[in-house]
Amino acid sequence: MHETPILRVRNLEKQFGQGCPDCKDKESRSLEKNYCSACGTVYAVRDVSFDLFPGEVLGIVGESGSGKSTMLQGLYFDAEITGGEVYIDHPAVLDKNVLELSSQQKRYIRNYLYGMVYQNPVHGLKMKFSSVGNIAEKMIAAGGRNVSSIEARSKTLLEKVHIPLRRMKEEPRNFSGGMQQRVQIAKALSNNPPILFLDEVTTGLDLSVQASVLDLIKQIQRDLHISMIVVSHDLAVIRMLADRSIVMLNGTIIEKGLTDQILEDPQHEYTQQLVYSLL
Amino acid sequence: MTILEIKNFGKAFTIHHLDKTLPAVNNIHFSIDAGEFIGIIGKSGSGKSTILKSIYRTYLPHTGEILYNSDRFGQIDLAKATERQVISLRKYEIGYVSQFLNVMPRTTCRQLVQNALLEMGEPGETAMIEAEKALTHFEMDPKLWDSYPNTFSGGEKLRLNIAMATVKKPRLLLLDEPTASLDQQSKMKVREIIEKLKQQGTTLVGIFHDIEFMEGLCDKVYEMKTGQVISAREEVAYES
Ligand SMILES: Nc1ncnc2c1ncn2[C@@H]1O[C@H](COP(=O)(O)OP(=O)(O)OP(=O)(O)O)[C@@H](O)[C@H]1O
Ligand SMILES: Nc1ncnc2c1ncn2[C@@H]1O[C@H](COP(=O)(O)OP(=O)(O)OP(=O)(O)O)[C@@H](O)[C@H]1O
Ligand SMILES: [Mg+2]
Ligand SMILES: [Mg+2]
Ligand SMILES: [Zn+2]
Repeated sequence: MHETPILRVRNLEKQFGQGCPDCKDKESRSLEKNYCSACGTVYAVRDVSFDLFPGEVLGIVGESGSGKSTMLQGLYFDAEITGGEVYIDHPAVLDKNVLELSSQQKRYIRNYLYGMVYQNPVHGLKMKFSSVGNIAEKMIAAGGRNVSSIEARSKTLLEKVHIPLRRMKEEPRNFSGGMQQRVQIAKALSNNPPILFLDEVTTGLDLSVQASVLDLIKQIQRDLHISMIVVSHDLAVIRMLADRSIVMLNGTIIEKGLTDQILEDPQHEYTQQLVYSLL
Repeated sequence: MTILEIKNFGKAFTIHHLDKTLPAVNNIHFSIDAGEFIGIIGKSGSGKSTILKSIYRTYLPHTGEILYNSDRFGQIDLAKATERQVISLRKYEIGYVSQFLNVMPRTTCRQLVQNALLEMGEPGETAMIEAEKALTHFEMDPKLWDSYPNTFSGGEKLRLNIAMATVKKPRLLLLDEPTASLDQQSKMKVREIIEKLKQQGTTLVGIFHDIEFMEGLCDKVYEMKTGQVISAREEVAYES
């Protein structure tokens, strides 16, 4: 089985701060979790490498502050990354480290190859635009020009994520958290991206809304074969969605494996703590 | 044809907070021919589930080989197969059923069986037809098809579990005490189901507490000895 990953991430690094003589050297530095107490630099993502395969949902779990969101934001070019390489299996950017592309080329990737659902809907939606308007904005950015077809597609997508037609012209700031997440999902899907990033999509939602969002994500995977990275600190969510998962701690990957194996036969000390505290 | 051959298999669990490595099973050898039904018995804690879960790779094998004769990969050592290979085998070749139902919330019984097929890439139409066939075959009351299984009885949950696993027509099906919480009548139903699967040529490895249940059903029964060292080959309780 020679599968080509759709996304290859190699040695990703993200630090907040300049570093100092105490922490500049990877081998010898001693950090407090991810933090250099001498200069205050935060090493939020450290030497993270993984593959994402076509059509798969890859789970990323880890405690608060482990670097999950920072990593996604780095992949999505929201924040400058400190180091590493990222390759996308797409003719337009084949064999190119996309982190080194021009901002115009990065915009192309964001508009055509990536979709993002943020942990905080405020980052993903314009709260004062209508829901349809939010989706239209993304489609226009991706080169859409035909107003009626944009509107039709927006409606189809909002229907797909179960936003009632009569509320489509409403501003998402009037919506519940679950509805906002679903509008974000619709927006992220509008350009048919082969790769979708989902950051804590179900966090803070009540259980029944959570179930409907999970179901929606599964359905999207089945019907559209989109590859997804699903970040969550909720192991139950990861268990439902992801065949394979990665466990992060203090910015590094400490364990990867089949999701059920990570849950039933965790290898790393921290993963064991995480799993034991589940029951 | 040998479909599965386990050689010198061992599994230990390292528990970090106890700073201990606990051996669960050691030195396991046995092999299974295509179409056979192997039963495994033994005391609680003797390592029966550990073997099954290691074959399915829910547990990470420690030592030894688990050689599986795969349709898609030829002979493959499940102890060393990549995660993606294991995922593919679970999708198309190897099924696992326990007494526990672990499924997406708010998904109906019918959808769950359909999804198993859709995930294999079957077209929607086929998935619908095959799902109904499977539910009928396993005598699920049609009244239940469009309900959520969290309210199902133990027997109903189990039959749904078996339906989800078998609708994919696995070549190798692992059964971990599927009958544990069932009454006699439901057990008999499961027995019929297993007989049907055997007739269809499925290779089965099953753990059962109930020796009577296995009688006449298993081709071989291996007994696990606590103390971990077993040589299943010599521990054949009976061969029918
Ligand atoms: N702009 C920033 N400046 C300095 N430090 C930051 C910044 N953003 C994030 N960090 C730090 O980077 C680390 C990783 O944060 P991140 O938000 O990626 O964690 P997370 O795994 O997503 O956590 P959560 O589960 O709480 O969402 C944390 O220590 C955080 O304090
Ligand atoms: N995930 C695990 N982590 C740590 N130890 C485990 C784990 N699974 C099993 N063990 C240990 O391995 C040994 C064998 O357990 P296993 O579940 O295989 O027994 P079993 O024969 O299936 O028992 P039962 O009949 O009670 O189901 C036991 O000592 C058990 O405590
Ligand atoms: Mg986060
Ligand atoms: Mg057991
Ligand atoms: Zn420093």
